[in-house]
Amino acid sequence: MNKLFGIVLAIIGAFAVGGIALHRNEPINAMWLVVAGLCIYIIGYRFYAAWIQARVLSADATRATPAERLNDGRDFVPTHKWVVFGHHFAAIAGPGPLVGPTLAAQFGYLPGTIWILFGSVLGGCVQDMVVLFMSTRRDGRSLGQMARDELGPFGGFAALVGTLVIVIILIAVLALVVVNAMKGSPWATFSVFATIPIAVLIGLYVRNVRPGRVMEASIIGMVLLLIGVAGGGWIDQSPTLRSMFDYTGPQLAGFVIVYGWLAAIIPVWLLLAPRGYLSTFLKLGVIALLAIAIIVIHPDLKMPAITRFVDGTGPIFSGKVFPFVFITIACGAVSGFHALVSSGTTPKLIGSETDVALVGYGSMALESFVAIMAVIAATLLDPGVFFAINVGAGVVGADPATAVATISSWGFPVTVDQMQDLARNMGEHTLFARTGGAPSLAVGMASIFSSTFGKGLLAAWYHFALMFEAVFILTTIDAGTRVGRFMLQDFLGHFWKPMGRTSWYPSVLISSALIVAGWGYFLYIGVIDPNGGINILWPLFGIANQMLAAIALTVATGIIIKSGKLKYWWVTGLPLAWLAIVTTVAAWQKVMSPDPGLGFFSGAADMASKLANGTLPAAKAAVAPKLIFNQQLDGWLTIAFTIIVWLVIVDMLRVAIRAARGLPTLANSEAPRVVRTAAMGTGS
Amino acid sequence: MSAAPVFSAARAVWDALRRLSGDDAYERYLGHHAHAHPDVPPLSRKAFYMSEQQRKWATINRCC
Repeated sequence: MNKLFGIVLAIIGAFAVGGIALHRNEPINAMWLVVAGLCIYIIGYRFYAAWIQARVLSADATRATPAERLNDGRDFVPTHKWVVFGHHFAAIAGPGPLVGPTLAAQFGYLPGTIWILFGSVLGGCVQDMVVLFMSTRRDGRSLGQMARDELGPFGGFAALVGTLVIVIILIAVLALVVVNAMKGSPWATFSVFATIPIAVLIGLYVRNVRPGRVMEASIIGMVLLLIGVAGGGWIDQSPTLRSMFDYTGPQLAGFVIVYGWLAAIIPVWLLLAPRGYLSTFLKLGVIALLAIAIIVIHPDLKMPAITRFVDGTGPIFSGKVFPFVFITIACGAVSGFHALVSSGTTPKLIGSETDVALVGYGSMALESFVAIMAVIAATLLDPGVFFAINVGAGVVGADPATAVATISSWGFPVTVDQMQDLARNMGEHTLFARTGGAPSLAVGMASIFSSTFGKGLLAAWYHFALMFEAVFILTTIDAGTRVGRFMLQDFLGHFWKPMGRTSWYPSVLISSALIVAGWGYFLYIGVIDPNGGINILWPLFGIANQMLAAIALTVATGIIIKSGKLKYWWVTGLPLAWLAIVTTVAAWQKVMSPDPGLGFFSGAADMASKLANGTLPAAKAAVAPKLIFNQQLDGWLTIAFTIIVWLVIVDMLRVAIRAARGLPTLANSEAPRVVRTAAMGTGS
Repeated sequence: MSAAPVFSAARAVWDALRRLSGDDAYERYLGHHAHAHPDVPPLSRKAFYMSEQQRKWATINRCC
């Protein structure tokens, strides 16, 4: 029965993938992507994940999990697998799979779609599941601790540095996405600003009025958020009120930086926790709505399968389709960041070792499906419109007539009237050069939602979609700053004891300020960059994220080999080899390429010579020294990260070779096997 | 024709929602506390909520 089901799915899936790949000169329907995705995820889950769980990991249903052995009713609680699935998915689902595929759509829908589908079932889902299992076997220890225990101190150090760097770059790039979405849009700015007092109100409610009643508080909060979006529309109508919420990029960056610092130092219950609840509700709700709406309207995709920009001349970001489609998609296929959630909170909830396939593999498959929906939302737009929204003024010119002429000359016709109509329908002043991915995603989502759930509300849907993205980006910014602060305090505590005390206020203020200064710097540079900033920052983020995934897969491969499963090395070893190649080639090009649009150092040198010759426009010349320094810094960061990753890989190979030869290595750090007893299962 | 199955189904959905959102965390804590530490008085609802927030947000629980 199982086999028959698999064969049917495989045939449908192969037909859908073939259909996607062969439909070239006519528009393809979004349902092809949906069907191909569902078949591939189900086959991957039913067969590959089940096989990995049984053979590679030897999951043991009779072995008590840490949740059962250490049950404390709070941190360690054996939990039903579907509830853990919900929690884990809510934790890993972030804005990355929405933004990455939107940007990667410059190559056409095909390259991104293929990597999202196959990268997840063979790479990302496997990573999440294997790390989750290994951490569950080790009482929920973190990736860094497992690296230290199994490989040695160097692996642990590399994982820590990798995490801190990626947290800082991630926050910067997400903050840039929010700033670009609010820039010059009083409606969006008001709806996003309104989320802050709403979260505080909800925080007070759940603490003082009805302690712990999360559900009712979240429902009240949702209603207030919707009123906030409507209120933004009303404010937009009034000339005096709208000027109070009309800000430039650098002003908004200043707000976000001050806000990020405040959010990191005030108590969690006041802002972070309530917004966490709201963003989870919104996120799950919007993802479900989007899936329903895409199936109901099943739009045709207007973007070609493959555009001319696979040759590396893309206007949204530079670089050829290999390796940059992989770097840009990032979290939608493989995300190193997930390894941190899979080795931390989630393992402490796992009720049986045989749940890891559903929780680890299944959650990532769903996350990957969100990325497919983002591909659909980006590619159902007219390609000309897509590029007009996503390409910075520094590339196509600030004047609308010049911009449309340039974009049309690439073979993607668009007119000024068309863009003005669209902006008017969306309730915006302009939609030209709204880089960062959020506005174009919001336009795509608004057209999907309004044609499913009622026409004429385009502007409201557009700002709802922006508010939705902003709410969980802000949650990631606050939570990331806080986690970064803890890591920094832990690190500084080695040099001066009091700095390591997480509740000592001077240490809180200083370490939070240092983390905020770190991402604030990259945010500020991104905002003043006339090319939109995202073209530099997103590849840096993608490289860092994929390299963190490489570190996680390295640790996993080392553990598999050490535990005597050398013949299964390829399960994590092949995705690792692929990521190592992709990220190293990408890093090499970002560092060594003589093309100033692609290479960090050649970009800096090019700008320096133009500055010296006086050929830069005055506005650009004013910021040029900062941009030059930043490109050099990005280059050095990329070099440092690549070296760290390769050192970890070499360290793992050293350990693996010793293990394969039967020489002594660090002892297996698994907790001893304890058989489950009836008394353990009381946690529900 | 009794309405009982409809009610019990609605009840199950409601319970699942409360479980997923963390709405029932305090009740579950009381249940665990009652048999694990019967001699120690449990935290109040508010104190429990506050300490849970500290615990949850001290680690990486949000991603990209």
